[in-house]
Amino acid sequence: MTGFLLRRLLKYIVLLMFASFLTFSLASVFFHPLDSLLQRNPRPPQVVIDAKAAELDLDKPIPVRYAKWVSGAVRGDFGTTVGGQPVSDQLWRRIGVSLRLVVLGSVIGTVVGVVLGAWGAIRQYRLSDRVITVLSLLVLSIPTFVMANLLILAALRVNSVLGVQVFEYTGETSAAASGSWWSHFVDRVQHLVLPTLTLAFFAMAGYSRYQRNAMLDVLGQDFIRTARSKGLTRRRALFKHGLRTALIPMATLFAYSVSGLVTGAVFTEKIFGWHGIGEWYIQSISTEDTNIVVAVTLLGAVMILVGGLLSDVILALLDPRVRVA
Amino acid sequence: MTQAAVVQQGVETAQFASRRTLVLRRLLRNEPAVVALILLVVLFVGCYALPPFLPYSYTDLDYSALQEPPSAEHLFGTNSLGQDLLAQTLRGMQKSMLIGICVALISATIAATVGTIAGYFGGWRDTMLMFVVDLLLVVPSLLLIGIITPSTKQSRTIFWLILLLAVFGWMISSRMVRGLTMSLRDREFVQAARYMGVANRQIIVHHIIPNVASIVIIDTALTVGAAILGETGLSYLGFGVRPPDVSLGTLIADGTSSMTTFPWVFLFPAGVLVVILFCAILVGDALRDALDPTSRKLRGGRRT
Repeated sequence: MTGFLLRRLLKYIVLLMFASFLTFSLASVFFHPLDSLLQRNPRPPQVVIDAKAAELDLDKPIPVRYAKWVSGAVRGDFGTTVGGQPVSDQLWRRIGVSLRLVVLGSVIGTVVGVVLGAWGAIRQYRLSDRVITVLSLLVLSIPTFVMANLLILAALRVNSVLGVQVFEYTGETSAAASGSWWSHFVDRVQHLVLPTLTLAFFAMAGYSRYQRNAMLDVLGQDFIRTARSKGLTRRRALFKHGLRTALIPMATLFAYSVSGLVTGAVFTEKIFGWHGIGEWYIQSISTEDTNIVVAVTLLGAVMILVGGLLSDVILALLDPRVRVA
Repeated sequence: MTQAAVVQQGVETAQFASRRTLVLRRLLRNEPAVVALILLVVLFVGCYALPPFLPYSYTDLDYSALQEPPSAEHLFGTNSLGQDLLAQTLRGMQKSMLIGICVALISATIAATVGTIAGYFGGWRDTMLMFVVDLLLVVPSLLLIGIITPSTKQSRTIFWLILLLAVFGWMISSRMVRGLTMSLRDREFVQAARYMGVANRQIIVHHIIPNVASIVIIDTALTVGAAILGETGLSYLGFGVRPPDVSLGTLIADGTSSMTTFPWVFLFPAGVLVVILFCAILVGDALRDALDPTSRKLRGGRRT
């Protein structure tokens, strides 16, 4: 077991090295951070430009720059932005913002999706099943950036009908928020609802579709009939024997869905004005900032790998056969 | 009557259906998918055939109609510059659908090539190719594409988008092709071909590829939707198709800025995009059911 974990860890480290090198080289080749200086009118003296280039290490070859970046990154120092501030300053705060969104969205989405899918399978071809099936197909074909904007439109309508600002859709908190701990909390929740729902809807639709089919496969199998015939109630047979078995394929789906969630979070943060790492990434592409881009990509990669690891753990928890092997 | 004649008469040719007929029959029985497929074809042909007959091209500015709601003159209304939204949406559909189809074809080719080579040969080729697959799966692909496209020339952006989306879109299906190839590799017909001295490349092309074709076809259909999603997403963020050219993504981005007061500027392109993606998913699922009725992954009927 320890050997397996060590090998896995080693593979992850190698993958992260390659991923960061790939991003680093791509960004270094395609970004021209000096352009903002060169295009100034009047053009700054050559000395200034050379000094900036030396500050950003642009005069050295890419492998040398990457080696320098790695030696800093392993110590938690991700270099400086084009402007000169350390990347790590903002990084950790922004990770918190993004993680809150991704974790909440995926947990709500997964749980609701699994329940809806199982419910649909138990009531196959009844009205509720058909409604769930069609709705999940529809939600799957609505891109995140359309869904977010549709939710904003709907929230505006609700707000104007009720005459109260129930849903907020810009930022994480109101600037004017004041008063007690409770009103701060309410304010945060008001801002949280729409972005989290945007991500959760997406996960819900995907999971409910797969869960329904996994459940249908399981329901037709002999062990459910055996469980019923040895005297279990229908509910116990379905939940204890059916649902648990049907959850196994979901663990694999989870591993693949993480990268979709990360991408979805980028759009969600941008649209709702959350200052997370996704929003930062989009900004840093326009300011052509290599260090930020590499740091964020690395974090995305770590999230995807952790998702894969988690899905293996869940698989082992659900499926005793995996544990033995 | 000779034995052979009896045998021949035993199989009534009218009842014998080839695999292709079977697949087609199963596909046609799925009515929503047939409707979706027809709709997709109509949309694809329409967005190329219709613009010449419209009074406005997508670049024309109608200063007498700024931010007009839908009317007989402008069926989808106009945007803040006075451009006809119907013409713009059609232009956007052209780009988005073309990119979707090209990406799907290219990435299916890569997936089939990589998957069969890795699965058939195994060994170092397998290790190396699967490492590349793992690597590309680990990096958030849309973000990486966003680094590259802004520096490309405006006229060639679409070419780059197709290339990059294809390069980042083949990994999961190549894994499935690889798995299937590994099980085919030890089957009798492949071994027989190998012992008869058929070259490896011939075996892959003539014996392996036809047997994994159904996975590749299913995947191509499903990738069309994913590629359209990727392209519109990138264009929405400003990293895809750039003005003056339009795609559904840039149109939706334009629409959202004035969404609250002029919702049609957002709703029409967004609606068209959702319809395209919805149809693409329906058709992909139907193809999966028709080509591979045993898997029943997504539309499971109860088997007892």
